[in-house]
Amino acid sequence: MENIRIKVDKVKTPSLHLSNLEITLGKVLEEEWEEKMGPTPFPTSTDLRSWDHKLLQKYKPVYLPYCDVCCLCTMGKCDLTSGKRGACGLDIWAQQSRIVLVACCIGASTHVGHARHLVEYLINRFGRDAPIDIGSKVGVEIEAPVTRLVCGIKPKKLGDLEEVLSYLEREIVQLLAATHTGQEGDNIDFESKVFHAGMIDQVGMEVADIAQISALGYPKADPEAPLVELGMGTIDSSKPMVLVIGHNVPPAAHIIDYLQDHGLMGKVEVAGICCTAHDLTRYNPKAKIVGPLSWQLRFIRSGVPDVIVVDEQCIRTDVLKEAQAIKAPVIATTAKDCQGLPDLTKEDADEIVKRIVEGQIPGALILKPEKAGEVAARVATLIAPKRMKFKVIPDVSVVIEWGKRCAQCKDTPCRRACPNDLPIPEAMDAAEKGDISKFALLYDLCIGCGRCEHACTNAAPIHSLIVASAQKQIRDEKFYVRSGRGAVQDVEIRRVGGPIVLGEIPGVIALVGCSNYPASGVEVAQIAEEFAKRRYIVVTSGCSAMSIGMYRDEEGKTIYETFPGSFDAGGVTNVGSCVANAHIAGAAIKIASIFAKRSLRGNYEEIADYIHNRVGAVGIAWGAMSQKAAAIASGFWRLGVPVIVGPHGSKYRRMLLGRSDRDEDWMVYDARTGEKVYAGPCPEHLFYAAETKEEAMVMAAKLVMRANDTAKGRAIKLSHYIDLHKKFYGVAPSDLHLFVRSESDLSVTIREEVMKVLKEKGWKEKPIPDPTLLPRMIRKEG
Amino acid sequence: MAAEPWQVAEISGPVKAFVIQKPAVVVGMMRKAQRAVLVAGHLSLQRLKEGSALDYALDIAKFGGADFVATAHIIGEVKNRGYDNAYSMPAMDIAGRLQDAEWSGLDGKGRYDLALFIGLPYYMAWTILSGLKHRATHLKTISIDKYYQPHATWSFPNLTEQAWEENLKAVKEALRGVRR
Ligand code: SF4
Ligand code: SF4
Repeated sequence: MENIRIKVDKVKTPSLHLSNLEITLGKVLEEEWEEKMGPTPFPTSTDLRSWDHKLLQKYKPVYLPYCDVCCLCTMGKCDLTSGKRGACGLDIWAQQSRIVLVACCIGASTHVGHARHLVEYLINRFGRDAPIDIGSKVGVEIEAPVTRLVCGIKPKKLGDLEEVLSYLEREIVQLLAATHTGQEGDNIDFESKVFHAGMIDQVGMEVADIAQISALGYPKADPEAPLVELGMGTIDSSKPMVLVIGHNVPPAAHIIDYLQDHGLMGKVEVAGICCTAHDLTRYNPKAKIVGPLSWQLRFIRSGVPDVIVVDEQCIRTDVLKEAQAIKAPVIATTAKDCQGLPDLTKEDADEIVKRIVEGQIPGALILKPEKAGEVAARVATLIAPKRMKFKVIPDVSVVIEWGKRCAQCKDTPCRRACPNDLPIPEAMDAAEKGDISKFALLYDLCIGCGRCEHACTNAAPIHSLIVASAQKQIRDEKFYVRSGRGAVQDVEIRRVGGPIVLGEIPGVIALVGCSNYPASGVEVAQIAEEFAKRRYIVVTSGCSAMSIGMYRDEEGKTIYETFPGSFDAGGVTNVGSCVANAHIAGAAIKIASIFAKRSLRGNYEEIADYIHNRVGAVGIAWGAMSQKAAAIASGFWRLGVPVIVGPHGSKYRRMLLGRSDRDEDWMVYDARTGEKVYAGPCPEHLFYAAETKEEAMVMAAKLVMRANDTAKGRAIKLSHYIDLHKKFYGVAPSDLHLFVRSESDLSVTIREEVMKVLKEKGWKEKPIPDPTLLPRMIRKEG
Repeated sequence: MAAEPWQVAEISGPVKAFVIQKPAVVVGMMRKAQRAVLVAGHLSLQRLKEGSALDYALDIAKFGGADFVATAHIIGEVKNRGYDNAYSMPAMDIAGRLQDAEWSGLDGKGRYDLALFIGLPYYMAWTILSGLKHRATHLKTISIDKYYQPHATWSFPNLTEQAWEENLKAVKEALRGVRR
């Protein structure tokens, strides 16, 4: 009965006039909403295909195949080298896009699965009618911009999210089905489906985050969300300690509840790694963050955690083995990651605690968050005196011993296993002579993957030796991060929407994603600082938000202490965990709604067209590693927002690159006249891997340019682009002729100098259009 | 050392790079090419005994008649060395353009039939060379980096720093001799 829906598009009789009415037994979904339903509510993958194809015409896939063969069916392996087709008929280009689609489906299903899990839990606890409120006290009226845009509904209660989730799940199933042997065969259509997966992912993230913000008492769009402690050095190792890892906060929240209810708060340390840590500090700012996902091995091996609670996503799959090495039990809490542990969900908590503390079992699978929280808290206090912080990070003398034992293998298997090619044999050589400084230097550059250890012919515990050598750095790892604030306020959008669209705020730089950095995570902090000082709006989330905090300026302050948390020029805004990325997209969408008064409701194409041509936002995922990161990026691509990844991102198999040398690719309609006009390569790329942080910064300054920029706005953007180019490249950029439309696009201080060069290149003045890629947006009559 | 990928798991597919046993191979390929381009990444700033890898790369491009592209942020370093004709382009952009058989080169004078690579992060060069192997059938590629790149047409094997420098030097000197 609950699923019966009556949808009336239009009924007109002498006594009755109805339009856009949708009734689901007993509840009217569409009551007071002035916006008319747009053309694509709950779109299928083909509903937005023509929009995708427009973008993919500008930003064609440039393939970087990561594997020359396909081994997905038993007709293979098929050699697809240089245009050969496999037994099913597929070529290497479609195969790469197919794998990207598989990755994005994995990413989207991870977020949507998480959202489903969370919403079910919250409905169980607070009821279907619990209101969605992500900041009504500070005037957040658009509670779910992505959901409104994609689905055409306004969710008001937790129960309203179920319909959205069913839609998302249906779409993921359809997308994944397209990757089966003998289905889609066209690379561009695969790419269009990739965009669809990204959009689905974005809605899924929004559902998850607005549900938890509403129900769990997180900061609600609060620019002054509390500063919370971050870093291994902040953990008091004299106390029993619970480490939580993953993304799904309920078990961790129940740990805090249990400790509070039993007067143990402050007597037991609770800290997290990865996004559960963010959400835990949103739940209670007294909790701490150990660090990004690459901190797992180093912290577990330090022996400080007495019990490790894992939920889902980005958890080391060998966590149980690592935990056993330090004699700490593991509590697994979701069906997605059972770790081979016995399912004790139905057992009495006292009994579980007893079995774990007595060492009868290495841990347990407990699928009830409340019980998992209680068991974790109790086990930590009982086991701490037994464990005595047993660690596997050795003393410095052992590092030197290993240095002496190192065979200095001729073909350096340790180094060749390292994703960042770190000079391990040299560090071993120095250690042999008693000098551990070379090992200590590796600490910042190491992503904590442990591959070197498995490759070492001597089975040396190389990662542990690095950590052992960096004890001083670790002790000093005491930083702050601003707790995730959630959404951007409507009033903030009202303040900055105009300046962003007109270009007076030079851009929004979103530093997001994982910690698979090519070098130190400090690079992300340096990028953030550079743009915040230049009064861009810096937004951040997930592991990147942590890395940004793990750095102090000359005055000894972290970036979150120096810059305000407001969504404004010169602000550094941490929205929260991975799923909070939806608020970044939401902010761009809200600019179209609040500043430009465009209708959001089921109106994806028009809003994406608006954002693509007008909102100077760029994502930088410097350490992107996961399928989720791929899905998050593809959600932004469909909105026309470019994403830069670090050099490891080249392994995502293809880029989406514009060709600034082909004028025909940069034609837009001038909505005023209907004419097709050249608008320049703005933004030049949609997905792009940069080689160095310097390149990423210069590219970001370029990618914030939009076809719609006013002369004043373009002048500001160009000034930063030129200045950053000179600062990091040592010379002025050579492509200014593409971005200068008239002399007034250049600030007076550089006008003469630049115009001289442009005139030598035969530059000609160009008009500033009212840009759109959609013929239906042309306003000219007849 | 044997011709295996430097990063051990970065194995390629059925078609693997020929190993350059003698620097003369590079010289011969450059002499035969109609239009060559040399792409140098930021790691070419690495110092060797008698200069940096970038210095060798610049000389190889100059004596071999190749266009020179500096990727990442190193164009200033190149210009400081007096190479005013060098181009600056992101690695991904040059990778994309080289895949395009219609592209008429950095100076618009025609497409390249040979591209040499040095100084990119190993895995980034790996993916770029893979793209070129599959897409750019009009183009031969050579990796003159210290490490074997299986997706190139020709590649140095994994070398010690000393052997690498000797090879770069031999290529440079041979090309200089040809030029004379
Ligand atoms: S643990 Fe660190 S040093 Fe070892 S392979 Fe991974 S990144 Fe390299
Ligand atoms: S593999 Fe092990 S033994 Fe060999 S050089 Fe590396 S650290 Fe030393």
